[in-house]
Amino acid sequence: MSSVDLLLPLLIAVPILAATLPIALGLWLDRTGWTVATLTTSALFIGATALASIVYTRGADVTHTLGGYSREFGIELVADQFSMLIVLLVTAVATGVLAYTRRGGPRGNTFYTAYLLLTAGLLGISLTGDVFNLFVFLEITSLATYALVASGDGPEAAVASLKYLILGTIAASMYLIGVAFVFMATGTLNMLELADAIPAAESQTLIHTGVAFIVVGFAVKVAQWPLHTWQPSAYQQAPDGVTPLIAALVSTASAYAFGRLIVTVFGVEYLTAMPNAAAVVLTIGCVSVLAGTILAVIQTEVKRMLAYSSVSQFGLVIAAYGVVIAGRSETAFIGAAIHLVGHGLVKAGLFLGVALVARSYDARTVDEYAGLAKSRPIAAGAIAVLLLSLVGVPPGVGFVGKWYIALGAVQSELWPVAAVIFLSTMLTLAYAARLLEKMYFTPSATAERPHAPAPVATDGGDAGPDDSAAEPARDEPGAAIAAIRGDRSEAPVSTGMVAIVVLAALGAVALGFAGGTIAELLDPFLTEVIN
Amino acid sequence: MIEYLFSHYTYVLVFVLLGIGIYMVIASENLVKKLIGVNLFQTAIFLFFISMAYIDTEGASAPIVPEGGVPLNVMVASPLPQVIVLTAIVVGIALTAVGLALIIRIYAEYGTLREDTLREVRADE
Repeated sequence: MSSVDLLLPLLIAVPILAATLPIALGLWLDRTGWTVATLTTSALFIGATALASIVYTRGADVTHTLGGYSREFGIELVADQFSMLIVLLVTAVATGVLAYTRRGGPRGNTFYTAYLLLTAGLLGISLTGDVFNLFVFLEITSLATYALVASGDGPEAAVASLKYLILGTIAASMYLIGVAFVFMATGTLNMLELADAIPAAESQTLIHTGVAFIVVGFAVKVAQWPLHTWQPSAYQQAPDGVTPLIAALVSTASAYAFGRLIVTVFGVEYLTAMPNAAAVVLTIGCVSVLAGTILAVIQTEVKRMLAYSSVSQFGLVIAAYGVVIAGRSETAFIGAAIHLVGHGLVKAGLFLGVALVARSYDARTVDEYAGLAKSRPIAAGAIAVLLLSLVGVPPGVGFVGKWYIALGAVQSELWPVAAVIFLSTMLTLAYAARLLEKMYFTPSATAERPHAPAPVATDGGDAGPDDSAAEPARDEPGAAIAAIRGDRSEAPVSTGMVAIVVLAALGAVALGFAGGTIAELLDPFLTEVIN
Repeated sequence: MIEYLFSHYTYVLVFVLLGIGIYMVIASENLVKKLIGVNLFQTAIFLFFISMAYIDTEGASAPIVPEGGVPLNVMVASPLPQVIVLTAIVVGIALTAVGLALIIRIYAEYGTLREDTLREVRADE
């Protein structure tokens, strides 16, 4: 018993402590970062799985009070059925993306320090049971993300990162103001204590103001139109190895936190009674769904297109929260949870696929994807499966999430929302189909390889996708530059990279079948918070 | 109404400060000034927390445990917001440091701190 709840602080403390190792060891050894990160994230994944099996089989929350202070004064960490979904997603994606970065870079030790800090922050957001602690973890996550985005090539990355920093900081500050108002009215910061104190609070105006600030703060963090402007440039300018991680997890964790505040802290019942709360959340979500998809359709850059697609997919999640508030619908909440996890996995896979293509052919626009299915059938196939899953073609996970959300909307008789979900699926198909058409039906018009490389001696010139033999060659200082160039164009894609994209595609389909299971797992949590 | 605002003047000042901060972020073309605006915005929130913990009663004191235990009738300022602000200050400093580092990089690459010039330079590339 007592040893189980120690897993909670360990899940957060281990990556923070491990984040110091790449820098410290880097004083003596050159390339320890990847090893440290892989060991840590794998350990985290195992720990998360163990914790999840306990939470789901026992059917009770696992809690840990930090430092032994009771939850009125101290900070509590909570693992329940909802948070464990996100913890599993975070640890799985963080481990998986490393399969790309080993060869795909960025390679420096400091990169892995930021990587582990980001993982720690995300796990903190998922596990904390304290609204101020949530702010701190939001900021740890954001700081690590700013650093990771800025590590991209060229000065554009710094501009994108600064834009993200200013907007992200103001968003987190808005959330903090909201917390201040709620704290003023109730005098506590613990989520469960707040759940009791909020309906009983004397001054409801303070709490309503707090809710307003919190909604605006999270609308920026989750990248909802028109507050999404930081997100496309951040995703586009971040290094290819970083985008999958931040696209899959950072906004997801914020959206999770928002959902947590809605169902646990304020409570569905309270928000249903609050004037305009449901209407505002629904409007933010639905407008983002439409605006995000339309903006995605007109993009030419694949990474940017997928970034706008994230705006619309998170719009769906927020709209689902709106349905939860308006109709007290359990179904919509299950849909939101499944869509959070499913979208995270699908986007991680898609951005990994995009990174892989960018490394092999330097192809970054939709047009450059022409003929990809011929030259890279496996990767193209995986990307196609992921795209279809994003659209919501069964049995992909996108279908299950949207199905539950739409079902919830119909049950609550919110017809406009159901219509928006249907329309968004059609529009998602519009941009996904563009890419699919290019990959499968357009012959590559330009020369076979626009950046055809000369064979590089150090690589043997003919290294296949699996050129682990060429790995040592790259370390020879004399051939370094030639080898780096050669690597980029000759055999830049390792088996691991292809494997992880395929794995993500398989996961997206498998999760599609697991929709009912996830709904069952969430059931105890939902009966507790909604009824 | 006016009287109410005067008796709660710290809150009024805090929200004026918030407005100034966010106005600087929006209106100033200079990146460093934008960051100063963000800082001002955050500082206003710190002051908000601190002022909500303040109590204006006779005999009230700072939340320090006196020698020989705590008398039951003592009025102290709530220590929790002060702890929160300490943490938030640390977060704010880290953010400022990262922001300034990014601005230095932008200046080194583009040779300007002004956003409008930056937009022109980037459009030309």
